[in-house]
Amino acid sequence: MKALDLVGSAIGNTFRSKTRTILTILAIFVGAFTLTITNGLGTGINRYIDDTVAAIGAEDVMTVTKIAENATDAGDGPREYDPDAVAGAPVPGPPGSTSIVAPIGGSQLDELAAVDGVQRVQPVKSIDADYVVAGDGTRYVIDVGAFVNGMRLQLAAGEQPDAAASGYQVVIPDSYVDALGFDAADAAIGETVAIAVTDGDGVQHELEAEVVGVSEASLGTTDSVVPNDAYTDALFAAQSTGLDPADQDSFTQATVWYDPAATPEAVTALQDRLTEAGYDSTTVEEQLGSFKAVIDGIVLVLNAFAVIALLAASFGIVNTLLMSVQERTREIGLMKAMGMGSGRVFGLFSLEAVFIGFLGSAIGALVGVVVGTAVSSALSGALLANLPGLTLIAFDPVSIAVIILVVMGVAFLAGTLPAARAARQDPVESLRYE
Amino acid sequence: MTTPILSARDVRKSYGRGSNRFDALKGVSLDIHEGESVAIIGRSGSGKSTLMHVLALLDTPTDGTVELAGADTGTLRGASLNRTRNTTFGFVFQQFFLTPNASVLENVVLPLKIAGVGRRERRRRGLAVLEQLELADKARNAAVNLSGGQKQRSVIARALVNDPRIIFADEPTGNLDTATGAVVEDLLFGLHREQGITLIVVTHDEELAARCDRRIHIRDGRIVDDEAVAA
Repeated sequence: MKALDLVGSAIGNTFRSKTRTILTILAIFVGAFTLTITNGLGTGINRYIDDTVAAIGAEDVMTVTKIAENATDAGDGPREYDPDAVAGAPVPGPPGSTSIVAPIGGSQLDELAAVDGVQRVQPVKSIDADYVVAGDGTRYVIDVGAFVNGMRLQLAAGEQPDAAASGYQVVIPDSYVDALGFDAADAAIGETVAIAVTDGDGVQHELEAEVVGVSEASLGTTDSVVPNDAYTDALFAAQSTGLDPADQDSFTQATVWYDPAATPEAVTALQDRLTEAGYDSTTVEEQLGSFKAVIDGIVLVLNAFAVIALLAASFGIVNTLLMSVQERTREIGLMKAMGMGSGRVFGLFSLEAVFIGFLGSAIGALVGVVVGTAVSSALSGALLANLPGLTLIAFDPVSIAVIILVVMGVAFLAGTLPAARAARQDPVESLRYE
Repeated sequence: MTTPILSARDVRKSYGRGSNRFDALKGVSLDIHEGESVAIIGRSGSGKSTLMHVLALLDTPTDGTVELAGADTGTLRGASLNRTRNTTFGFVFQQFFLTPNASVLENVVLPLKIAGVGRRERRRRGLAVLEQLELADKARNAAVNLSGGQKQRSVIARALVNDPRIIFADEPTGNLDTATGAVVEDLLFGLHREQGITLIVVTHDEELAARCDRRIHIRDGRIVDDEAVAA
């Protein structure tokens, strides 16, 4: 028997007992449907996190701080006061915790640039803005974020700030659009806002910039304005007016670029070298890695439930095919008498199982995609409206194909027992069967 | 003398072991020549069906040899055994063994499908043989909707479709009324006469047996009488 005929016969046989086949397919459908939805959930949330990662920082970038000489080993008793130490960025932990870091100056930047694997170093100019204002409107308190080339903000309107532009550009958060007096996100583009900073002498400077984009709130970014490089430099210069030149050239953090193609091992090695040189480094991956681990864990548990449903369904396949073999005893005997080999008989029945698995999983995946998309769009308009850009259940064609293939594999395994029984049948015994 | 197409030498077949041992065949020797029509006659339990199964290579004898056109079939295994059965034999069974919901044509071309013949060629040969048996108008009908006589003619079509050298018929008229049975008998003997196909009929029906060239009576696993009728 030709392979094509074998497949054709198997498919034809599947529909011989329609009710039974449909019930079995339904059982598989439930498993495949659940698996598709849970997988879609994982894909959706992880994709959102990936987008967020791009909004927090570029992929080939790490944030570096200098470890203060006396900041380490808390076990050594009380720490000596260091007048040069500066309070750095908040560290993970209870609110208010900060790490004490040593300042990074010009010589430290040169030292960092010399570390093997570092392509470029740039100090992080942190700006402490007093307020933001549009025209003569109300002044609002705001944080100023940093924009690193390679970052992708999640925008509601407009475009990314241009790092190379000499003009002052700024991206304002979506939540400030109304307050600043703009009708909509689109209307804000091209308008002018001003940010004020106070210098060392207590004098307030107000600097104007063009709004090029409106950013959406997301996991990683808070409600902060993001200026381009030119504007950042200008604000920083204004803020530093009147400061001791030595203090001007002192930063808490620096940004280090490395080879975007570097393997995780190479990145770890680079981090080790930086540690040796006395610097603490954090990649964007590290900042969000734990999020992903939690999501993956939850999805794994949900998938486990779907797999249990599939396992139950596979017993349904065994049962269906065993009945089928029983019913078709004489037919099998006849085919064997006519010279059909045992291997082909086995193939016929296991293909039937695989086809049942295919139908169940394909329909399950299809309905899963439709229902998931509908639920996801319903939720993003209501329950999850605060997280724009989040598609709760997203689908990846590869993982759906994998689900279908896995279910077909499970169906094949379930079909081996009945198929082997059919293949073992003795034609004489089968033909005698009344 | 030509080599017999089927030759059994001291064939024994037993089932079970020890005290449960049952000898279905106790040393059967016979030669069947190409173009003969042979009736194997006996009561139920006489061993006639077992003899047919052994001759049709569906069952292997416990002892003794079966030669097909002079070649020992004991050495045939797996694929070559299957191919031999597929191309040499046609089977007609009392219970028809048609797949009920498949069409008559699909049932008839089953041996060709097993042999790996292409779809178009299968259809051509299937329709040709149905034409020959005056069933062409039923080709698309489901097998379950046929009358008894039509079913048995479909079965004969299925046996013929692969141009076999030998047709084994196990009680071919057992499930048919007298008139329909006579039609089916005429058909079988017509094929035998016109196409020279060797016909081996297993039956307990003396009238059917009387139409064969040769009658082999089996009782308790032995040949008790082997009478050739002068043609």
